[in-house]
Amino acid sequence: MDIFLQLMVSGVAVGGIYALIALGFVLIYKATSILNFATGEFMMLGAYFCYTFLVLLGLPVIPTFLIVMLCAALLGFLVERLILRHMLGQPTISIVMATIGLGSILTGLAEILWSSDFKSFPQIFPRAPIDLGFAIVRSNMFYGFLISITAVIVFSLIFKYAKVGIAMRATANDQMAAYSMGINVRSMFTLAWALGAIAAGLGGVVIGNIGGIQPNLGQIGLKIFPVVILGGLDSIGGAILGGFIIGVVENLAGGYLGPYFGGGVKDLAPFVLLVMILMVKPYGLFGKREIERL
Amino acid sequence: MHIGNFKETYDADEAVFRTPTVRWWMGALFVALAIFPFAADDYLLYMANLTGIAIVGALGLNILTGFAGQISLGHAAFVGVGAYTSAILTTRLGMPFLLCLPLSGLMAAALGVIVGAPSMRMKGLYLCIATLAAQMIFMFVFIHWESLTGGIRGINVPPPTIFGLKADTEFKYYFVTLPVVILAVAATRNIFRTRVGRAFIAIRDRDISAELMGINLFRYKLYAFAISSFMAGVAGCLWVNFIKIVTPEHFPLHESIRYLAMIIVGGLGSVLGTIFGAIFMTLVPEILKNILSIFQAMNPTAMSYLFPLQSVVFGAMIVGFLVLEPHGLAEIWRRMKDFFRLWPFEY
Repeated sequence: MDIFLQLMVSGVAVGGIYALIALGFVLIYKATSILNFATGEFMMLGAYFCYTFLVLLGLPVIPTFLIVMLCAALLGFLVERLILRHMLGQPTISIVMATIGLGSILTGLAEILWSSDFKSFPQIFPRAPIDLGFAIVRSNMFYGFLISITAVIVFSLIFKYAKVGIAMRATANDQMAAYSMGINVRSMFTLAWALGAIAAGLGGVVIGNIGGIQPNLGQIGLKIFPVVILGGLDSIGGAILGGFIIGVVENLAGGYLGPYFGGGVKDLAPFVLLVMILMVKPYGLFGKREIERL
Repeated sequence: MHIGNFKETYDADEAVFRTPTVRWWMGALFVALAIFPFAADDYLLYMANLTGIAIVGALGLNILTGFAGQISLGHAAFVGVGAYTSAILTTRLGMPFLLCLPLSGLMAAALGVIVGAPSMRMKGLYLCIATLAAQMIFMFVFIHWESLTGGIRGINVPPPTIFGLKADTEFKYYFVTLPVVILAVAATRNIFRTRVGRAFIAIRDRDISAELMGINLFRYKLYAFAISSFMAGVAGCLWVNFIKIVTPEHFPLHESIRYLAMIIVGGLGSVLGTIFGAIFMTLVPEILKNILSIFQAMNPTAMSYLFPLQSVVFGAMIVGFLVLEPHGLAEIWRRMKDFFRLWPFEY
């Protein structure tokens, strides 16, 4: 039972981080219908920005976080302006490949700028593990979870109540109607990319803080696909719930099946779960079923 | 000179090679392909073999993605299935190469149908992610089913013997690869002259309209998956008998992406484009690597900065083509041809 609780708790902790990154992913998808395969690379760059300002330039923690968010937003803005704006109306495969190519470029650039050596973050949180009474959590996981959850809540509130958020939802819902209500749809696209990049960048900071950073950190981004598809590509609540489900499933599979099938089970389990869910619910748990007309 | 497009008989309209000029050029191409191995050194032949194998694999993917419109992120996994099938059949059962070739394809096709089965209910991006899941699951099986696949150590394969001849050098293997490539190209070209191929294109362009016209979507999508995986399996079989070892690390997600990049760069839904794309995406990284190794000889420390350039260039090629020339090399080729055909009276 102890092991079960322990696995559950670390699953939830990781799930919170997944939820944050998935949220950024879904924001972009909802507004622009683009599946951002470079999410993992956005995360990786977020972690490197944080490393640069924190370690190389020696800034304190709070300003660093703000600057990282600013840089991530800038990155999202540039990507949208320079690449994806030119691709409006192209077939899905082209847009998917554009983001994959973008990911490859960003990985290469990161390797050139920061070299491919493993880098670890300095200790920014108290080191002592947190005892929750029923389970013990590593401190940077605990604080990482807190940061992620705070960000998730802030993002959700913005999306739900702020004027910008409502404009974004309107754009996602019906572009023509949004135009006619005086919403600048194009700037909403840019904004969605900036917000998505911020969410991914913050997630990267938290993950880098737990496990250190390397240019191939972006591969963790692949795990975001089970998360978002599970919840339904266009559902924010689904992304958050999916994050927790995948985090927990992954840890339980790693804990219980790992000894029998070897180490890869932890990474495989989300994908197996994904296939099973898609067989039953082809649009994920909360995804909107698209009604097509000719 | 070929100017108008005026056909008097159905035979002329359905011909594969429409004009004598085309026939003449095709003849010249075949002669060049036959002479090439006698003029080239081992390195060039090695590249030619890899390119040929890439063409077969990329054709498979273009049938599925370019013609039938189903995005697959798991193509390398099927190449892997073909490679493993061939390796296992050869080493365990001692099967001859010529039998392994179709069997690897059939094995991959069978698994392709299973992976394609979810396409009954999902499409577009959801299906794309389902194929990503398939890629992950296949990789896991390659690594962890050690009794069959040899785990990360892989399987060593002896050089194939065909009609008593051992194809153990690049030169000899060229004559194994070339006929398969020609066969694959001809087959692909011809699929799109049949009902099945036209159904694929109809599904890509508008699946609902296709269904209204009496195309059984599910069945034809499965056909597309099966044909595509079959060619991937054949490519895998060719590949393993050429490289002579198969390990899981040869078929990662990145390899699937490389195949997608080939058909993007070459031109989606174009057989000629697939060939260009496969050649381009095999040669350019290799040329880049050679250039970089010259730099390395001059300045060894610069390597850590130069090496990642490869992934930057890889990504930049994909993005560059998508933004600047979405129809790929095939379109550039067509424009070049038009230029020379009409020159000097362009209008």
